[in-house]
Amino acid sequence: MELTGAEILVRFLKDEGVRHVFGYPGGAVLHIYDALYKQDKVEHILVRHEQGATHAADGYARATGKPGVALVTSGPGATNAVTGIATAYMDSVPMVVITGQVPTNLIGNDAFQEVDSVGITRPCVKHNFLVKRVEDLAITLKRAFYIATTGRPGPVVVDVPKDVTAAKTNYVYPRKVEIRSYKPVTKGHIGQIKRAVKLMLSAERPMIYTGGGVVLGGGSKLLTEMTRLLGFPITNTLMGLGAYPGTDKQFLGMLGMHGTYEANMAMHHCDVLIAIGARFDDRVTGNIEKFCSKAKIIHVDIDPSSISKNVRVDIPIVGTVEQVLQDMLRILKEKKREPNKAALKSWWKQIEEWRRTECLKYEPSDEVIKPQYVLESLYKVTRGNAYVTSDVGQHQMWAAQFYKFSKPYRWINSGGLGTMGFGLPAAMGAQIAHPRSTVACVTGEGSIQMCIQELATCLQYGLPIKIITLNNRFLGMVRQWQEFFYEGRYAMSYMESLPDFVKLAESYGHVGMRIEDPADVTPALKEAMGMKKRLVFMDFVTDQTENVYPMIPAGAGLNEMILV
Amino acid sequence: MENEAGALSRVAGLFSARGYNIESLTVAPTEDPSMSRMTLVTRGSEEIIEQITKQLNKLIDVIKLQDLTEGTHIEREMLLIKVRAMNSGREEVMRLTDIFRGSIIDVTEQSFTIEITGASEKLDAFIEALDKDLIIETVRSGVTGIARGEKSLRV
Ligand SMILES: Cc1cc2nc3c(=O)[nH]c(=O)nc-3n(C[C@H](O)[C@H](O)[C@H](O)COP(=O)(O)OP(=O)(O)OC[C@H]3O[C@@H](n4cnc5c(N)ncnc54)[C@H](O)[C@@H]3O)c2cc1C
Ligand SMILES: Cc1ncc(C[n+]2csc(CCOP(=O)(O)OP(=O)(O)O)c2C)c(N)n1
Ligand SMILES: [Mg+2]
Repeated sequence: MELTGAEILVRFLKDEGVRHVFGYPGGAVLHIYDALYKQDKVEHILVRHEQGATHAADGYARATGKPGVALVTSGPGATNAVTGIATAYMDSVPMVVITGQVPTNLIGNDAFQEVDSVGITRPCVKHNFLVKRVEDLAITLKRAFYIATTGRPGPVVVDVPKDVTAAKTNYVYPRKVEIRSYKPVTKGHIGQIKRAVKLMLSAERPMIYTGGGVVLGGGSKLLTEMTRLLGFPITNTLMGLGAYPGTDKQFLGMLGMHGTYEANMAMHHCDVLIAIGARFDDRVTGNIEKFCSKAKIIHVDIDPSSISKNVRVDIPIVGTVEQVLQDMLRILKEKKREPNKAALKSWWKQIEEWRRTECLKYEPSDEVIKPQYVLESLYKVTRGNAYVTSDVGQHQMWAAQFYKFSKPYRWINSGGLGTMGFGLPAAMGAQIAHPRSTVACVTGEGSIQMCIQELATCLQYGLPIKIITLNNRFLGMVRQWQEFFYEGRYAMSYMESLPDFVKLAESYGHVGMRIEDPADVTPALKEAMGMKKRLVFMDFVTDQTENVYPMIPAGAGLNEMILV
Repeated sequence: MENEAGALSRVAGLFSARGYNIESLTVAPTEDPSMSRMTLVTRGSEEIIEQITKQLNKLIDVIKLQDLTEGTHIEREMLLIKVRAMNSGREEVMRLTDIFRGSIIDVTEQSFTIEITGASEKLDAFIEALDKDLIIETVRSGVTGIARGEKSLRV
């Protein structure tokens, strides 16, 4: 059957199993919008800014493990989408972004609303395509989804000129796809895996360090099984939280710049480090020279370029977390060899000692709301079951420290790019993916203003997100650095002229609450969670001077934390 | 690599984004017109070369990659050079061209254009050997290379 490019695109999305597309219309994509209008299989969510579309698609992907899809017009539509594309790229999130383009005969002419979308996005996508002929459209889209979701996931941009969406051709859904230059490895080298298991079993002070790769690769169950079997301590990166139950006694909390004392000390002193789906980011390693200097390192990662990039490793294993962990578990069970129990016992004794510093403890107050307290209450009120998105800043770190994530896909934040404005649209994506679950967006009064326009989208689609604003009247993370490293010169970090968030929420048709008394924190949270159908914007007026601890200052090693 | 529009800019973009340096780069379609072969010359520590290799392999358009310096290999570059050649000078330039096994491919009353192919050092040596004042213009192709013996880069 002959279909127009626009119809093919929409039919393809349906055939690919895409249920939701986040987008914003414009001239170059009008044919596509017309095709969307004429069907009801693919639901289009109208955001209020293209950055919101890409973050929402990203949040949707992170909350489900399925690729998120965004649709934007050419020129400004595409440039507005770039922040969201780069955010997904840094955190390896599977996403397909369809950008409209001016008609092929006008490309390169400085035509109205023309930008070189393929050129602009090239450094922040896994791959991108410009579709020049309608005959190539379906197969290109198939390639885009295939590339986005396999290997190390990432965003793929498909740029579609307007005339291509008007031209007609036959459409058959391409079931299979082969790309000769792209063959991601899945199974790890068995010899290497055996060596790794041997090293693990010989360890006296082992440490498991896992990251976003375990969440992305659906390896959480296997990781939990293996960690329990071995009895080793485990830490997660900011991106890896939830892959291992946050309440488990083997879990030492997050590591890195704002990680726990026990996690960082255990990293520093371990003799065998087992890194799984983590990329040795500089926020994690601190000073590279001092990083795990006593350890032999095993590194499991799907992407060879993540291995030995920042830190030389001893046993590299390229493969998916799932496949490699399966092999490791099988070998461990076959061998029936036990880890070094005696050594492990004294290692745990040491770790318990570090734990006793209670590095996350804070001074409670009944006068002013402590931000940490809000998160502890949120955790209790939602029983640890919410999908929690966050923006970027101090509130993000407190959320990571105080909300004990016990399942993967529940913690959704921008780690690699650190994009303020991510939280609310990402929450929309998560809420659309999980309409009956509680979705909370932990944010700051600074960050929330970066994509505040999406409150309208939330009303239009009835998304009952709970916005938890830790309002410290400061760009708190910036203020903290200025306090520590710039002798308290608070240049431009005070948030003046804040809107009245209660009225603002109300004017968008939502419920607004201002909470100023610590005694009201839990009751207010309960009340908000009870409003199952309403978005509630909670403005918690919090302690302005609170800092995030522990903290590893730039250039320091993991054992050189500032504790209070 | 795939013979696709944009493939070259992905490689060039990768090098500039990650701060690697391209000394020279040549590219042209192969006998299979859907593929191009690129020879790229870069420099760096072992770690950097390892990262460059991995990052290039990650590009979707890169089909296969080989570090020619890992084995014995042949490198060739072509130089076209236009020199002032008048009166008795003409003899001298012709002799030099012969020594370097080059050929004179264009002649005017005032000038010769010479073509020389070989390892880059040979081209350097030829340019060195000429009187600086005689050189009007030079253009070099950049290095292309191939492994010695049976070893080959095939898909
Ligand atoms: C204000 C702020 C403070 C921060 N502080 C900290 C901090 O204290 N601690 C901290 O940890 N982070 C912190 N971060 C986050 C930090 O910047 C990095 O984003 C984060 O550490 C990277 O996490 P990761 O190593 O898990 O890698 P990710 O970015 O999650 O990368 C995943 C890795 O897994 C691999 N992978 C993907 N899929 C698979 C698969 N199926 N199988 C195998 N491998 C796979 C990928 O190739 C990649 O190497 C902070 C960020 C901000 C904004
Ligand atoms: C788009 C963007 N611009 C600037 C920054 C730098 N930055 C990091 S944290 C931060 C402060 C965030 O303030 P707020 O949202 O109020 O959170 P708080 O730290 O106070 O909890 C800033 C400006 C950023 N991460 N993203
Ligand atoms: Mg703030």
